[in-house]
Amino acid sequence: MDELLKRLTEAHGVSGDEGEIREILKSEAANLADEVSIDRMGNLVAFKKGTKSGKKIMLCAHMDEVGLIIHNIADNGILKFSTVGSIDPRVLISKKVRIGKKKQYGILGLKAIHLQEPDERKTVVKTKQLYIDIGAKSKDEALKLVNLGDYAAFDTEYLPFGQGRIKGKALDDRLGCSVLLNALKCRYPFDLYACFTTQEEVGIRGAGVAAFNIKPSMALIVEGTTCSDVPGVDEHMRSTRLGKGPAITVMDATSYSNKDMVNKIIETAIKENIPYQMKQSAAGGNDAGAIHISGEGIKTAVVSVPCRYIHSPNSVADMNDYYSTSRLVEAFLKGCE
Amino acid sequence: MDTKDFLSELVNTPGISGYEESISLKVSRVFERYCDEVRTDAFYNVYGKMTDQVGEGMPKVMLAAHIDEIGLMVKEVCEDGFLRFVSVGGVDQRILPGLEVIVHGKENLLGIIGAKPPHLQIGDEAKKALEMKDMAIDVGFSGEKLKGVINVGDPITFKSPLTTLNGTIVCGKALDDRAGAAILLETMKQLKELRFEAEVYFVATVQEEIGTRGAIISTFRVMPDIGIAIDVTHGDMPDAPKEETFSMDKGPVIAIGPNMHPGLTKKLMDIAKEHGIEYLVEVEAGPTGTDARAIQISRSGVPTVLVQLPLKYMHTTVETINIETVKKAGMLLARFISSMKEGWREWMNY
Repeated sequence: MDELLKRLTEAHGVSGDEGEIREILKSEAANLADEVSIDRMGNLVAFKKGTKSGKKIMLCAHMDEVGLIIHNIADNGILKFSTVGSIDPRVLISKKVRIGKKKQYGILGLKAIHLQEPDERKTVVKTKQLYIDIGAKSKDEALKLVNLGDYAAFDTEYLPFGQGRIKGKALDDRLGCSVLLNALKCRYPFDLYACFTTQEEVGIRGAGVAAFNIKPSMALIVEGTTCSDVPGVDEHMRSTRLGKGPAITVMDATSYSNKDMVNKIIETAIKENIPYQMKQSAAGGNDAGAIHISGEGIKTAVVSVPCRYIHSPNSVADMNDYYSTSRLVEAFLKGCE
Repeated sequence: MDTKDFLSELVNTPGISGYEESISLKVSRVFERYCDEVRTDAFYNVYGKMTDQVGEGMPKVMLAAHIDEIGLMVKEVCEDGFLRFVSVGGVDQRILPGLEVIVHGKENLLGIIGAKPPHLQIGDEAKKALEMKDMAIDVGFSGEKLKGVINVGDPITFKSPLTTLNGTIVCGKALDDRAGAAILLETMKQLKELRFEAEVYFVATVQEEIGTRGAIISTFRVMPDIGIAIDVTHGDMPDAPKEETFSMDKGPVIAIGPNMHPGLTKKLMDIAKEHGIEYLVEVEAGPTGTDARAIQISRSGVPTVLVQLPLKYMHTTVETINIETVKKAGMLLARFISSMKEGWREWMNY
């Protein structure tokens, strides 16, 4: 089992509450980089001096994850919440979450099936109707365990399973964070800025600030992206496929990838005999959306580890895709002067 | 054995209706520490017999709590390795997307019930509940690799260990009715501290969720004079009408209605009052959805009472109970049994 991936995915870091994951990444990066700093948006930037040129290249992965935030504590001790980032409320029912710094257990209950009308089982329970039960009988009792504004993350254990597969929460984008840590193990001709960004899931808020500060000549974003190679999804709707290697983005809802970079990534993959696939969906976005229009514009490209069921309590990835993504990123960077 | 530890062990043991072999074994091992004699039948019902003082014409009492749980079953192993499934017992399809399960084939395999991310949903699809028939379990293997490992008909359990929420409030899967088995244990422990004149059978029943089948055959076998069914009822939930649910901390819930013997039930309530044990009352208009349904009409009829534990979010993976109420139920049942002296037959006069 990959102990680092376990620590990275089990750590809390809902957008706006990245403290715990940032500390882990900081201590890991500090061993590999020349300098580690945190900017005003909470982005963690690990700098590694180049051997030759003063050219700057930015590597980027977001450290935040989707989750919940407590916005009301009712008199009966029940918590009401908003989702932080995009979560389909249908994945929340009957799941456990951990709330706040003390990681209080909470559950997303639902009226028992016996008390429902048959038609109710066909309807979607909206986020507004959902609630968290922490076993408190009153508001006062609840306030001893949680506070208004506490963030909640899925209570999910990282586990290897199946044939070289892993499951866990926040594979989007802790896998990317781990790829960045791997890349930091090498020294390159240029100055490398490995950025672990905040608040990607609530509208790509952190990455733009990091890019503005660094002013890189090029940025490569490493993501955990949608994968829908599952039953019930038509062949042409499958954005990526598990086990087919890193997914290279041409365009999505927030940016075009720079064509020269994309070509160079593909050439590198072919040359190094690394499997790759083109992402076949233009939906979704990532940090490239803010980075490519930062300052006077920055060349960006996106390479992703395909992850099934992202933004749910249990997402699934293939370890070979993760290893291949790391190899591709490292080989690509080594080819950049 | 500590009741919470026992419960935790039971929750982690698989046993959907019809597949109770391992849970049955686990329960037997614990019953053996308290009972004079423990037996298991062909259906894996567990019978723990306890006696103390022997009196002329003392009653034979049977307590029953079911140890099977709801779950899923493999319907199809797809070529790409995904598993299609059906439910065993009443499962709300809306709890399934994103859940962890264990598929019990030749090997136990961890599986995830997949959910499409919001990014890829089109049009109105997010407005409808996903249907069970359209869901699939991802076990991370290709169809080829699953040959001979997973077969159609293999049972599937949910993965959700016992978790403490706050104080004595705990949650997990299968507390319906493993919490009832914990009440059996609690009753045994409390009875050990009392004197009683009865032949007591603690029966952990099987196949309740699909029609109280374990209770049918076990009651026939024991031939009790008095039947006590132990099950769960609905605890207060924020989104359920208050009049249909019960407080989690005001003691066990005694049921009244045609399925329960009126005289015996009144006696149970009198004994609770006498010993200062809190209880609530639930009215059940017909045959209940519990083992009491089968026990009452076994052979030539068995006067039966039904004692229930309030439980929130029944048939989900986050069923929630109050351990304190488990203990109170055990106390009530131990007192009830130890109160059965000469003349106990009069309790059941019409």
